[in-house]
Amino acid sequence: MAATLAAPLTRLRYTLSGNPLTAVGFGLFALMIFLALFGPAIAPYDPLATRAVNALQPPSWAHPFGTDHLGRDVFSRVIVATRLDLGIALSAVALSFVIGSALGCLAGFFGGWADRIIGRMSDTIMAFPLFVLAMGVVATMGNTVENVIYATAVINLPFYIRVARAEVAVRRNAGYVQAARLSGSSSLRILATQLFPNVLPPMMVQISLNLGWAILNAAGLSFIGLGVRPPSAEWGIMVAEGASYIISGEWWLALFPGTALMLAVFCFNLMGDGLRDLVDPTRRT
Amino acid sequence: MTPLLKVENLSIAFRTRNGEVTALHDVSFEVGAGEVVGVVGESGSGKSVSAYTTIGLLDQAGRVAGGSVSYDGKPLLGQQRPLRGREISMIFQNPRAALNPIMTVGQQLSDVLKRHALAGRTDAKSKAIDLLRQVQINDPEERYNAYPFELSGGMCQRVMIALALACSPRLLIADEPTTGLDVTTQKTTMDLMRELTRARGMSVVLITHDLGMAAEYCDRIVVMEKGRVVESAPVRQLFTAPRHPYTQKLIAASPGPDSRLEDLTRGQLEAPAKITPTPQNRPGPDRLLEVVNLVKEFPRRGTGFFGRKPAPFRAVDGISFELRRGESLGLVGESGCGKSTTSSIIARLQDATSGSVIFDGHDILHHPAQRFAKMPQRGQVQMVFQDSHDSLDPRWSAADVIAQPLRRIMGMKDAGELSRRTAMLAEMVGLPGELLSRYPHQLSGGQKARVNIARAIATDPLLLILDEPTSALDVSVQAVVLQLLDRLRRELGMSYIFVSHDLNVVRLLCERTIVMNRGKIVEEGSAEQVLHAPRDPYTQKLVAAIPHFEPEKLRVS
Repeated sequence: MAATLAAPLTRLRYTLSGNPLTAVGFGLFALMIFLALFGPAIAPYDPLATRAVNALQPPSWAHPFGTDHLGRDVFSRVIVATRLDLGIALSAVALSFVIGSALGCLAGFFGGWADRIIGRMSDTIMAFPLFVLAMGVVATMGNTVENVIYATAVINLPFYIRVARAEVAVRRNAGYVQAARLSGSSSLRILATQLFPNVLPPMMVQISLNLGWAILNAAGLSFIGLGVRPPSAEWGIMVAEGASYIISGEWWLALFPGTALMLAVFCFNLMGDGLRDLVDPTRRT
Repeated sequence: MTPLLKVENLSIAFRTRNGEVTALHDVSFEVGAGEVVGVVGESGSGKSVSAYTTIGLLDQAGRVAGGSVSYDGKPLLGQQRPLRGREISMIFQNPRAALNPIMTVGQQLSDVLKRHALAGRTDAKSKAIDLLRQVQINDPEERYNAYPFELSGGMCQRVMIALALACSPRLLIADEPTTGLDVTTQKTTMDLMRELTRARGMSVVLITHDLGMAAEYCDRIVVMEKGRVVESAPVRQLFTAPRHPYTQKLIAASPGPDSRLEDLTRGQLEAPAKITPTPQNRPGPDRLLEVVNLVKEFPRRGTGFFGRKPAPFRAVDGISFELRRGESLGLVGESGCGKSTTSSIIARLQDATSGSVIFDGHDILHHPAQRFAKMPQRGQVQMVFQDSHDSLDPRWSAADVIAQPLRRIMGMKDAGELSRRTAMLAEMVGLPGELLSRYPHQLSGGQKARVNIARAIATDPLLLILDEPTSALDVSVQAVVLQLLDRLRRELGMSYIFVSHDLNVVRLLCERTIVMNRGKIVEEGSAEQVLHAPRDPYTQKLVAAIPHFEPEKLRVS
């Protein structure tokens, strides 16, 4: 298994060279990571500093994305918001991936009662309109960033459970699983070392799609006022605040954070196939 | 007289990531009217590609790089569409996959008849039933409404033949039509096909890897290797005086009823391993394994009248046999006879319903299969699986696969010791050391088989169960693997249970043979006796169905 980790960079280059669109996705993702890490340091203005004199200025050289109704620099706010939005999306997806794939693997491998209980549980979650469920979770538990993460994680859980369950179930009796039993591996070890790694490729596609949904979901919650609270810089809030100014002609308030949101989702969707190829050894020759 | 099908200097190239790869090089052959031509070769020889090009079903990535195909004197390439079905038709390798699973077979037949305007709405059904009757399907009226999954593999292939013959084509291309079917089913299917095509004066191109089958059913044979035609000759000439070295190698490697293990590779014996382990002196009772009254039942689905449960299906029906230390026992039968269930119970991957398996003095059925992984006997009973690709985890390198039992059963932890032992095992099975870091999809079929064998012998087992270990391999690879297995048994002092459907192969490796049918043992005896003088009627039928090529017989006929 050590060889799986060997030379990941060459593998990345190989995967990207075969698919330029994926390379664009990975490039955008790298840019987002960079902004998330160094955003506050490179932003030209303080994202929270208000200057009433300067309110609602159109884009100019001093303020490339213009200023909002409180005179805050939209460019700086868009950059600084990357950390919060990406953070919410990544941690929500990580949470639902870990819990969802563990439950799904158990259901698929052992079947029977484990499968029935876990299956009905995910059906119950799916029965709600997902965004309404997320609204409910945040509304009852309180309006904090953690709760937005939990809500987003919960509504994405069934997708991971289903993918993991289906993929494990078809491989449950594969020859290499039987062979692992002969080699003295217990059921849990087989699940962890043989089956789970083999269901990773389809899960990766799910993860990248889900990152897009998660970021939209978080922004959506903030948009309706059930997420991150103002004055924090967050793309959803910024679109919400800017929306009321579109009619009066101040389009830049909503357009730029909206574009950032769109690019983020676009980037995650492009990354999907690349991520799958990256974790699938049979795609490398 | 112009031949019906003429392939001239055909070259096919495939686009791949690493540039174009030529799959066929200047392939030429002819098929005369009413002639049956066999195209024989191992996997990757291009035999299927040439057939698919002929009928116009070449993969999108493929391209005709040169040459031509003419049918009835007219150029064929690019013109196949109107001819397909009506003039040229094809029988595919996997009949179940080639039939539409959600349409009744009758519906599919009627559709073909209507499509080619051979039947109208009113008479389509009766004509379809007539076709089903011609391919000797019992109760054709009832089978008309059957879905493919309700029919056996042999029945599906007959439906395929009916579909192919529906429009009375003049040329039939059969691509490995009986792969995956039992020998007795293979015989009836092939006999039926021969009878029907002969009666209609059709030409047949039979693509197969089985020389025995080609010898029995073809007039002329074209041998292909790596995209080239190496030899083309009438059957008798090909088998009595093969000219090309590849043909000679192929004929030698196909086990016949009288061939010996060392003949398979024509004297080019596999180089013995440099490390010869000291012959094992393994004390213990002479009787290594005793199977007593073994029964395995599977519950049937559904309920009978008044909620009574239907009687369970008995896959293994009270069988008993013994295995001596160092002995090699063949377990022969057709699919569904219970041989695989028996072997997986002995390997403790499944629990039996009743009976006992006494291994080395202990009844190993006392421990449930789920917990057997932790028992001390785990390392002593090992198994090599049928599908060498499926039994390797695609994410594990060959070295990891071989080291797995060492880690788990032998408890080896030291990385240096593990890699030393892995390298030694690889050398014992003849796997080059530089391949150890490769993943299964980077290994050839024969190399994967070797990795599987190395894993199985890693714990130095007393009993090795071989579940059709060579059935997916090309004959020349099979020959080498069989010799390897025979050598390992002698050197390591193991006992074998060799599960197979191929009596010829079993005879090469085993001293004693058990023939199973419907969960019961029908015959037991020395491998020679079972193959040459079978007593039980079922065994007689089984032996008669094996396609043979016997130069002597061919010469006389």
